[in-house]
Amino acid sequence: MTPATQPRAEARSWGQRLVILIPYLWLIAFFLVPFLIVFKISLSQYATAQPPYLPQLDITGGFETLREFVSELSFAGYARLVSDSLYLSSYGRSLAIALASTAMLLVLGFPIAYGMARAPRQWQGVLFMLIVLPFWTSFLIRVYAWMTILQRDGLLNQALLALGIVDTPPVWISTDIAIFIGIVYTYLPFMVLPIYATLERMDESLFEAAADLGCPRWKAFWLVTVPLALPGIIAGSLLCFIPIVGEFVIPDLLGGSGAMMIGQTLWLEFFGNRDWPAASAVAVVLLALLIVPLVLYQHVQARRLERGD
Amino acid sequence: MRRGLSVFNVTSIALGLAFLYLPILILVIYSFNASRLVTVWGGWSTRWYVSLLGNEAMLEAAWISLRIAFLTACAATVLGTLAALALVRAGRFRGRLLFSGLVYAPLVMPEVITGLALLLLFVAIEIERGFWTVTIAHTTLTMCFVTVIVQARLLGFDRSLEEAAMDLGCPPLRTFITVTLPLIAPAIAAGWVLAFMLSLDDLVVANFVTGPGATTLPIRIYSEVRLGVKPEINAICTIIIGVVAAGIIVASLLTKFAGAKPAPIGGQI
Amino acid sequence: MNGRGNRPDNSARTRGPFAPWTDPDALPLVRFEAVSKHFAGVTAVDALTLDIYPGEFFALLGPSGCGKTTLLRMLAGFQTPDAGRVLLDGTDITDVAAHRRPVNMMFQSYALFPHLTVAGNVAFGLKQDGLPKDEIAARMAEMLRLLRLEGLETRKPHQLSGGQRQRVALARALVKHPRVLLLDEPLAALDKKLRGETQFELMRLKERLGLTFVIVTHDQEEAMTVANRIGVMNHGRLIQVATPSEIYEQPNSRWVADFIGDVNLIEGRIVKADAAGTTIASASVGTLRTAAVADARPGDAVAVALRPEKIRIARDMPVGDVNRVEGEVWEIGYLGDFSIYKVRLGDAFVINTAAANVTRLIERPVGIGDRVWLTWAADAGVVLTQ
Repeated sequence: MTPATQPRAEARSWGQRLVILIPYLWLIAFFLVPFLIVFKISLSQYATAQPPYLPQLDITGGFETLREFVSELSFAGYARLVSDSLYLSSYGRSLAIALASTAMLLVLGFPIAYGMARAPRQWQGVLFMLIVLPFWTSFLIRVYAWMTILQRDGLLNQALLALGIVDTPPVWISTDIAIFIGIVYTYLPFMVLPIYATLERMDESLFEAAADLGCPRWKAFWLVTVPLALPGIIAGSLLCFIPIVGEFVIPDLLGGSGAMMIGQTLWLEFFGNRDWPAASAVAVVLLALLIVPLVLYQHVQARRLERGD
Repeated sequence: MRRGLSVFNVTSIALGLAFLYLPILILVIYSFNASRLVTVWGGWSTRWYVSLLGNEAMLEAAWISLRIAFLTACAATVLGTLAALALVRAGRFRGRLLFSGLVYAPLVMPEVITGLALLLLFVAIEIERGFWTVTIAHTTLTMCFVTVIVQARLLGFDRSLEEAAMDLGCPPLRTFITVTLPLIAPAIAAGWVLAFMLSLDDLVVANFVTGPGATTLPIRIYSEVRLGVKPEINAICTIIIGVVAAGIIVASLLTKFAGAKPAPIGGQI
Repeated sequence: MNGRGNRPDNSARTRGPFAPWTDPDALPLVRFEAVSKHFAGVTAVDALTLDIYPGEFFALLGPSGCGKTTLLRMLAGFQTPDAGRVLLDGTDITDVAAHRRPVNMMFQSYALFPHLTVAGNVAFGLKQDGLPKDEIAARMAEMLRLLRLEGLETRKPHQLSGGQRQRVALARALVKHPRVLLLDEPLAALDKKLRGETQFELMRLKERLGLTFVIVTHDQEEAMTVANRIGVMNHGRLIQVATPSEIYEQPNSRWVADFIGDVNLIEGRIVKADAAGTTIASASVGTLRTAAVADARPGDAVAVALRPEKIRIARDMPVGDVNRVEGEVWEIGYLGDFSIYKVRLGDAFVINTAAANVTRLIERPVGIGDRVWLTWAADAGVVLTQ
């Protein structure tokens, strides 16, 4: 009986309305509306004008101009996405890299989260802080740090040569390996923390109960720990997967100039070719690809917050 | 969770932390390298810090970034806290589903999409791009992080504390100021710091929405880094790392001193 | 049923003649007038009417989810009834905001402000009233002395023991001299021994300050100990409002009899009912005679409520008592001061009896499987028609 948590259906005061309205209007104006504009421009055509697309929507022109405007919209941008293999391969490459690196992050991140959760109470705060700290340090700096290390005459090759592991310095920078290293490095805290949060709350007696019922420790890990950590695993994976698909900085600085990820393609269309309709179409399709993981993430996030993980 | 570390656990943590910290450590050490070649150690020196002082473009970019980050953090904290209050306290209201969608989406939305969308908005409404468009974009981007942190704090908040205040004769608004606000203050402060850091850090969105005369520090660093590794960049990165680390340590000491439970930064994200 | 307890208090309790609810001219301090409250389709309080008189210690007792806390929160002003009125001193306070009501609450969680000291917590309410500093200091000092909290003024809540926190919460509410003090499960967080002591302290405080207390509890012993009257609630309704002894000795329904303490409910039909008493025929026990006057006709289905401690158990057939039945001891539960004997009558019906373990060694103790006789007096049972 906790009536305090019941939503109050009583009439709202103006103060309460403002609490909702101010952030709501802000998000509509600067997050929702921009996406609608992206969608609109994705149906426009490239033009050497300012801004560089047609048709322009003139709201003051009334219904007639609106009909004219609608008739001039085209799917040319989308048609190009399908016909030009550059786009398809970019999408494919982004999804493949995101999927592979999320798997790597999970394999590397879970043992760290697990170790943290099993650490003595008084260490956990420090460990938590140590994992979070790099997240607070500039993303760009962390990618840049690897540029030095992965260069042909960089520290990694110096170390490998000195240890006699290789005879000739292998190429690291401008390869997919460098992209994976950069992604795993920058996204590791995003994988570790949600998993740690669920593992840390786990009731110790569950393992004792499993052991008491004759379950060996390795089996209890699969039958008890992993299923209970699943919300954290899902949250962490989505938290990594979605932004990685659209990643720009890491492939740009660490990757090669050959195959591009979709974020780079979008960037190039926009800043290089100044083809805004094409860039918008790329963004709309990317969003469509990510809509399922996005909704799933939102669902998981809301549930975790309500449980107070 | 059962306590007690196995060899495997200790190794995972140690390797994980080494992986996270070694590159940063190397970067810091090489910023004191006397050699012009970033990969060859030429003895200790602070020459790159000195030459940084003469790099006016870099200093100007840093100053712009700090101003944007400050304004962003303040605006995002107000908006984010209001959004958290709306999500936790307002119960059901029309459009709540869309609202919570709009709150959580920027957390994971690829930056290229957000950046493109905001730029097209600013073009459509014909706002001159520069300092203020970057600030607006960063506020939108970071307010959601504030919301998540404050929301977690509000969900753990004992409502009977507010009821007790009102029961003792305190009107609702004063209750919010004298009871609720002091108790969620650590989360609000953490949200402010996070918004500040994220704004200072953002490259992609800023690059889309910026205009002439508003080159932020990451944009400046990025344009130099694209041309290759330079010892001067190591120096500016080291300074940023130092400032961030000092800020975090002061913040955690403050929350410890105040006897408050630290807000679960990152754990919620 | 409306639970207005207008019956005379003929109990043996030695609380003195305080019984304003028996006086038709007495004005209630608090009046709930047909109040209802629904939450998402669930009825928490259902057209409930109740009067609470000045100086009373009133307990709302019931299982969890019965609506007792909702009722208390409506009096505090945290919840607005969907229908009905709440009156304080004859004034309608239904729509008065919580912070404008002259009632104060002690919360189950204590709800001590963690960022304020003990002094800050206790003075909080007085400061809201804008009282002069020296008056706040004086009233706070008095209250801290009364609740033995001197020397703890500068502590924060997390530096206090559970009992100290509980007393700070009490001091904070009492220092405002509320017209009614509301206590929401105030002792639930204390251990059993401290709870017992605190119950008596609450009674002393109420007498000393001359206030009216309304307590919500699910602990019937607590309600019995502290309250002048108890309102037993279930499903948002008051089932019975009466003094503790009436509730125990004369429950008005099977539900109350069953909820309060242990009871044997013997179902049967009325054979004869008049001013001298009632005779009931039951399939399990045979013919029962009670001195209780039942509002029922012959043939009506009723139940006889019989408390275990009112039944005597003996090996040999006794003489004297009007009710007598033979059975076989089925189980014995040893409780220290008491033992519970479960005695099987016939095939299925089991009756519980309780006997004090007066002597340490009984010559021939009653054992499992023994044939025994159960007897009880005519005034032991209550006839329940509802």
